[in-house]
Order: sequence, then C-alpha cells, then structure tokens
Amino acid sequence: MNGNGFEPKIVAFTCNWCSYAAADLAGTSRIHYPPNVRTVRVMCSGMVDPIYVLRALEKGFDGVLIAGCHFGDCHYISGNVRAQERVERLRRLLHTLGLEDERLRLEWISAAEGGIFAETIEEYVGQLKELGPSPFRKEAAA
Amino acid sequence: MSLQAIAQESKAYYCLECGKCSASCPVSRHDPAYSPRVMVERALMGLEDDLAYDRELFSCLTCYACGSICPSDVDFPLFIQKARALASNHGEHGDCAHSGTLQALARLMATSTLEQRRLDWLSSDGHRVAEQSDVLFFVGCAPYFEPLFEDIGVDALQPARGSLKILNSLGIEPMVLGDEKCCGHDLLWTGDTEAFEELAKQNVAMIRETGARKIVFSCAECYRTFKEDYPKYASLDVELQHISELLADSIGNDGLSFGEIKTKVTYHDPCRLGRHLGVYDAPRDVLEAIPGVELVEMERNREESLCCGTSAFTNCDACSKQIRVERLLEAKSTGADVLITTCPKCQIHFTCAMVSRGSEKGPDVEIPVKDLAGFVASALGDGDEQDG
Repeated sequence: MNGNGFEPKIVAFTCNWCSYAAADLAGTSRIHYPPNVRTVRVMCSGMVDPIYVLRALEKGFDGVLIAGCHFGDCHYISGNVRAQERVERLRRLLHTLGLEDERLRLEWISAAEGGIFAETIEEYVGQLKELGPSPFRKEAAA
Repeated sequence: MSLQAIAQESKAYYCLECGKCSASCPVSRHDPAYSPRVMVERALMGLEDDLAYDRELFSCLTCYACGSICPSDVDFPLFIQKARALASNHGEHGDCAHSGTLQALARLMATSTLEQRRLDWLSSDGHRVAEQSDVLFFVGCAPYFEPLFEDIGVDALQPARGSLKILNSLGIEPMVLGDEKCCGHDLLWTGDTEAFEELAKQNVAMIRETGARKIVFSCAECYRTFKEDYPKYASLDVELQHISELLADSIGNDGLSFGEIKTKVTYHDPCRLGRHLGVYDAPRDVLEAIPGVELVEMERNREESLCCGTSAFTNCDACSKQIRVERLLEAKSTGADVLITTCPKCQIHFTCAMVSRGSEKGPDVEIPVKDLAGFVASALGDGDEQDG
C-alpha cells in the first residue's frame, strides 16, 4: 500500500453548527473534493473526546480532522476553546507515541465556507499522502 | 477460560461463604449492592451470563483486602481478573475512566513498529543514563500521564526524575528504553489479555536484548506486573527491584547523604506494593532514614491499608471518590504535612479527589501527595531542590 497507490483515510469530526454545514454547502455547491474523508457530525468540536481520536487511529485511520466554529462563533459560546485546549494536549500524547503532528488537525470552518472545507480536505489528503500510512494502519487495513 | 477453570485457578471452590471478603471490602462499605461473596457464589453455580454482565464486576479494586483475610485462601482478585477476561469475550469492558484513553494508549503501544518519543523529558534534566549498563530503569507510563494529568496539578514525571537522581547518587547510571511499552497492567485487569500478552512479549524481548541484569521500578504496578504476571507469558531471568527496596538496601551508602527535611509524613501503602507483593518495611525504613522526617502511621496501615479507590482506570464512580475522601481524611487526622506513596496512580487519584471536591470542602481533605522517589530525591541535597 505504499507509494503512489496509497489513499489515506481520514475521519472528520465536524460541528453541527458550522463545519458540518460547510461540508453540506460544499456538496450543494457541487464543489469537488477527494472522497478520502468520512464525516462524523458532532454537536460541538468541544465534545470530541480524546478517545474518539485514539479509537480512530486504532481503527487504522491515517488522519483525524476536528473542525468547529471560528472563535466567537461557537453555538455554545466556548466549546471551540475547549476543543483547542484538548487538541493541544492530545498532540503531546500523540507526539510521545511517536506520531507525526499532522495526523491530528484542527480547523475552524464557518457554515459559509464550503469552499474552504473542500480545500482543507484536498490539502490534508495531499499532506497525508506524503506522510504515508499511519503506523497503526497495517493490522486494520482493509 | 471457562467458569470452572477460573474457579479452579482462583481456588474459589474452597469458598466457605463466610462473607469475610464482603465484610472487609472497601467497595461494599459504600455500595451494598457489591459483594465479592455473592459473585463467587454465582460463579460456583455456573451462572456465566450473570457474572459476565454483572455491572459490579468492574467495581472490584483488586486491592487484596479480601484475599489477605480469606480463611480458605481464595484469590478473589485473580478470580476478578479472569472473570473480566471472560466478560470481555461477551463484549463487556466496564466503564473505563477517562473514556478508556489510557487503555487505548496501551493498545496503541502494542504496535511493534512504533518509534515513541517517550524520553524527551530526559534531555532537559541533568540526569545521567547509560547506553549499556547492568541496571535498567523502567520508566512506566509517566511520559503519557504528564499531559493527561497536569491540569489537576500532578507532576507525573516526578517519580522517574527522582529515581534517576537517586540512582545517579548511588553511582548507578541506568539504561532507559526509548521504546519501552506500557507494562500492560491496566489491560490485564480490564480483561484485554490478548493486548497484554503482546505488550509483555515486546517488553521482555527488548529487555533481553539490552542484557540488563536488574530492573528498577518506581511504579508499584509495573513492578507487580513484571514480578507476578510476566512469568506466565514470557520468562525474564533478571532481578527486579522497586526503588524503595533499592533505597532501603543502600541506607548508609556514601552516595545517600540526606539533607534535613523538617516535616511530618504519613505513608500510604499502594495495594500493588503492599498486599500484592508484601513490601511494607522498605519505604518506611527509607523515610525514617531522612533526618528531620517524622513518620506517623494512619489508622489503617500495612496489610490493612485502604485502597486509593480506583485501579486499572476502570469504574471510577461516586464510591471510588468516597473511598478516596475517607483515606485522605485519615491521612489528615495524623497531622502529617505530606502523604507519601509509591504508586503514580494513587498520587493521581488522591490529587483528583482533592481537586474535584470543590473549593469550599477542599481544605478538609487537602494534603500534598508525593511520590517516595521524588521526596527522597529532594532530600538528596545538591542545590536543585524540589519543594519538599
């Protein structure tokens, strides 16, 4: 599965109020983006527990994207601030595990930014292609 | 493993139904629905489903309070360990604390090709480690605990830093493994035997390759796992020693010149080091060897010591918190300034109970909790004092 043939698998946790709507907008606007991403709608980026990310990696995903509202726009006032704190801590854990920082990505994408959502996915897929498969992938590859 | 085999191995067949286990159980005191006696009985009646789906199965602290007084010598914690593996075949994994983050990390570590960066903290320290040495220091999961528990104010690396300082003072430059895996303790005790075996095999293979003749631990759980559980999966012919035992053996050694610390301390026996392995004197001897330190005992100590309320990061509930508060009140009532322990998880759990107790009730149970190695290291005066 190395080299040219490698297609990364990404799971994206997108918040109900902004980023999921952005993904939706990308769809309704017929903007193309790579099909490597599985989108999971969550009510707020602040509810993404570290275990969601760890479990996704355990299942063999190559990258995890958490996307929420821009600062100041959170439907729950400060959920995205929590998300950021959590992601920073989680990054340190993943760093200790020996994982590349890029495997976990945090983005703020508003409901009006369908294009940005598509660009983000495109860029992320490219980045992960360069990185290669996640070290946890081999057993879970299917 | 079948129910019969579990009953056989844990000697549950010898149960007299006297109920001493339930009477001595710290969980049963707070949660009357939980009874070790009833669980054993169910197993003996062959009610596999009842046992596997029992929501109390994961409440056991495996603290050996029952095992140490059972007149029939039933190994109840072993019974629980095997019953959980059975339950895990039924898809029951208990309610792991922190959503199972710690178990997931351990499982991820079982990936053999992983190149961890678990020793980043070493570079900023003045401690000396060697490429080749007879002694290996097993760091444990402290590098992972650090980001996870820093917000409640636990310095998870304190035991590891302290241990290295102690070893260096004794003229030992130990090896440390850059790719050390979790010992698997939490997985074993939450029923994931398969991943545990994988971790055990990798650790043993790695240690064999280093040619180490002795492994020193600062974590009571790693120590117990290597000593009691690893031999069942992979043999490792090396001497194992807890840092407290090493210290106790070295009292009087020139390297160990303690500065005076005027303080009153009390010592909490972690289940793993105490009742599991019978190490009671070594930590106490070490504390008493430090000038100025007065050691006072809690009401329940040594064999009767109370557990810190959670083990293997599973089922941390209201009952766990009550046990913790109970223990902290006991520690406070001794008048000690510091509570010393030798298990990083006791340290985490106690600190958590103090933090989550709320500011108005906090002062009743607030007492600094320190690891023995960190505390002893702060008495080894050479300028860089930790707050002791």
